[in-house]
Amino acid sequence: MKDERVLLAHGSGGLLSQNLVEEVFKKHLSNPHLDDLLDGAVLQLPAKNIAVSTDSFVITPLFFPGGDIGKLAVCGTVNDLVACGARPLYLSAAFIIEEGFPITELRSIVASMAETARLAGVKVVTGDTKVVEKGNADQIYINTTGIGVLESKFILHPLRVQPGDQIIITGPIGDHGLAILAQRQGLAFSTPAVSDCAALNRINSLTDMFPGQIKCMRDPTRGGLATVLNEIAAQSQRGMVVQEKQIPISPVVRGACDMLGMDPLYMANEGKMVIITGPEKAGQIVCQLRLLKETAGAEVIGEVVSEHPGMVLLETELGAKRILGALEGEHVPRIC
Amino acid sequence: MKTDPDYKNRLLEAICNTIKPAALMEVCGTHTMAIARTGIRDLLPPHITLLSGPGCPVCVTSQGDIDTVISLVLNHNITLLTFGDMMRVPGSECSLQEARSQGADVRVVYSPLDALQMAQNNPGREMVFLGIGFETTAPAVAHTIIEAQKLKVTNFSVLSLHKLVPPALETLFADKEIKVDGLICPGHVSMIIGLKPYQQLAAKFHQPCVVTGFEAVDILESICMLLQQIGKGQARIENQYKRVVRPQGNPIALKLLEQVFEPVEARWRGLGAIPGSGLAVRDRYANYDAVRRYGLIATEDRSVKGCSCGSILTGKISPPQCALFGRACTPLNPVGPCMVSQEGACAAYYRYAPMKG
Amino acid sequence: MCLGVPGKIISRNDNSAVADINGNQVKVSVALTPEAEVGKYVLIHAGFAMQIIDEHIARETMNYVLELQRLGEAYEN
Repeated sequence: MKDERVLLAHGSGGLLSQNLVEEVFKKHLSNPHLDDLLDGAVLQLPAKNIAVSTDSFVITPLFFPGGDIGKLAVCGTVNDLVACGARPLYLSAAFIIEEGFPITELRSIVASMAETARLAGVKVVTGDTKVVEKGNADQIYINTTGIGVLESKFILHPLRVQPGDQIIITGPIGDHGLAILAQRQGLAFSTPAVSDCAALNRINSLTDMFPGQIKCMRDPTRGGLATVLNEIAAQSQRGMVVQEKQIPISPVVRGACDMLGMDPLYMANEGKMVIITGPEKAGQIVCQLRLLKETAGAEVIGEVVSEHPGMVLLETELGAKRILGALEGEHVPRIC
Repeated sequence: MKTDPDYKNRLLEAICNTIKPAALMEVCGTHTMAIARTGIRDLLPPHITLLSGPGCPVCVTSQGDIDTVISLVLNHNITLLTFGDMMRVPGSECSLQEARSQGADVRVVYSPLDALQMAQNNPGREMVFLGIGFETTAPAVAHTIIEAQKLKVTNFSVLSLHKLVPPALETLFADKEIKVDGLICPGHVSMIIGLKPYQQLAAKFHQPCVVTGFEAVDILESICMLLQQIGKGQARIENQYKRVVRPQGNPIALKLLEQVFEPVEARWRGLGAIPGSGLAVRDRYANYDAVRRYGLIATEDRSVKGCSCGSILTGKISPPQCALFGRACTPLNPVGPCMVSQEGACAAYYRYAPMKG
Repeated sequence: MCLGVPGKIISRNDNSAVADINGNQVKVSVALTPEAEVGKYVLIHAGFAMQIIDEHIARETMNYVLELQRLGEAYEN
């Protein structure tokens, strides 16, 4: 393709559109469903419960240490399906592109989506591209919708959460939030932190391996671990007590957060899962998680309790308990 | 640093074994934060209470001053560069966060030097740095103004809303009804101003003072030191945070403050106007003073009548005794600094209320 | 107020230095702490090294605990 930048005509549905689909999207994402180029994909699914999830991805910068918007767009929806207890199978992908966006960058984003989808065992079966005038969007936005199938008859839901259940986080928190923050203008520091962006499809085998044990899962993206725990506590109307010293946080993240006055408990993650599980097999589940690279840092961090329904308490390293609230407003660097 | 893992427990035990009731006040937002995060308050015996003083320079920025900032950024074609925590502090109409949604160009920076760099990178754009902070931060801003002059940067200025800690403490303690028995002094303000200002305070108001670091163990140690002074009937300044705070402070920083700024009256949210507690840019740096550059005039405080932060800060009343608490003043719509600060006495009380039943 | 974090000076050119905070690198000005040589720990606030940290200063306050315990006993008696 000679054009180096995306033109409005690329979204017009004409020859240039076809060209873009052939040269960029089909080239990387090719599979029989997509290659048909029909208005939609017709899929055959097992006669089981089906999970559907959708998410839109808007991120600056588009490329960051540990990932890019394409990888994120696949992992985000895959992880949401996993959190429903589903095995992710198919994705749709819709792109809103700002006129003038470099096609080389679009290629790398789509290639990254393809590679991530391959590793996660999902196929991109249908898609859409729109181009908007320069200034009407910030470079590129991606929406993905995913379909997954539930292998287990146990539905994951906060209402299944019981006192005594254990709270697991699948690894150290805050790295994604920090890696992104370090790229922002106005914050001149460099960090070795790398986004944890990863597809967690492999952990859905746990629902089979430990039938009925896993009650609820949620990925702590925006708002971080603290916000997700509050959501589960509120929806289940159970209390939670989390042990501060059990929460895995790397020294790099801790140091940068100290400097910026931010709290790792509220920093975004893109490759972590909070898992609420029955007490009996919690240890074994953690052992299984630690066998996988993407969840090697799994830890039990707390317990569900019958007291203070809807509220999360953090037991501090000093042994005091304090309320751990959900994120309020924007989580920005502070000086005091 | 002390490595004995039992040390914290021994400090706590020592505190619990004291008998004389004492109310200790911390006057630093970062101490408030550290106390909240570590849960120290929860571990203290009932006869030892911790009061959160005026807090941080962000929370005490008056409503009128926020209004001035917002009118600057909405009415002049400028970019405002600010520390992140200023974004949510409310003026009478809106906060900077809301002003940004109305099209104001507001950006968050970590250092005043980053702000100067942005001005150099965008020579066609007027950039104003919002100078917020106590004695800790003001020298950094003073240095930045001198640099701007040296580098002949003409599109950069500072709106100085800096505040000074000792005059505010004087005002608080001049109140005869104050129910404070000892002062946890701000470690990082003290690393600039040194110990001398507290010597006068300790003597004049018979207040035990301990300059304190920010680790849990620092704060526990400081509480022990204060209780010891109280037990003995002493009132002097002690330095718990010796690894950072020198008796003379940082003379270079103090000299820069003197060179660039002059003390003026400043308005504190919840406390009102306090003489000599603010810093204005001196005449010789007039080109870098946003007040002169944009002809800013002070905006009157239109704050809701009845804010009792002054009495809450000094331990005379507890948050629910304020007429505005939970009604006109909530964490999402705060009036006084005790509610503006997420760790302020009122905000904490508001959140903990359900737990208390 | 005043968030401050310890960092180690790892390079310096005039007043401009780089400090390491647990592996993160931040540009700091040492205009206020000219004695902040490479290898020293400084207290960083708003992009400035505000003071040199002296970890060797004996923290003799350990004694306060013991003394306070004695005071407590004195009250009880």
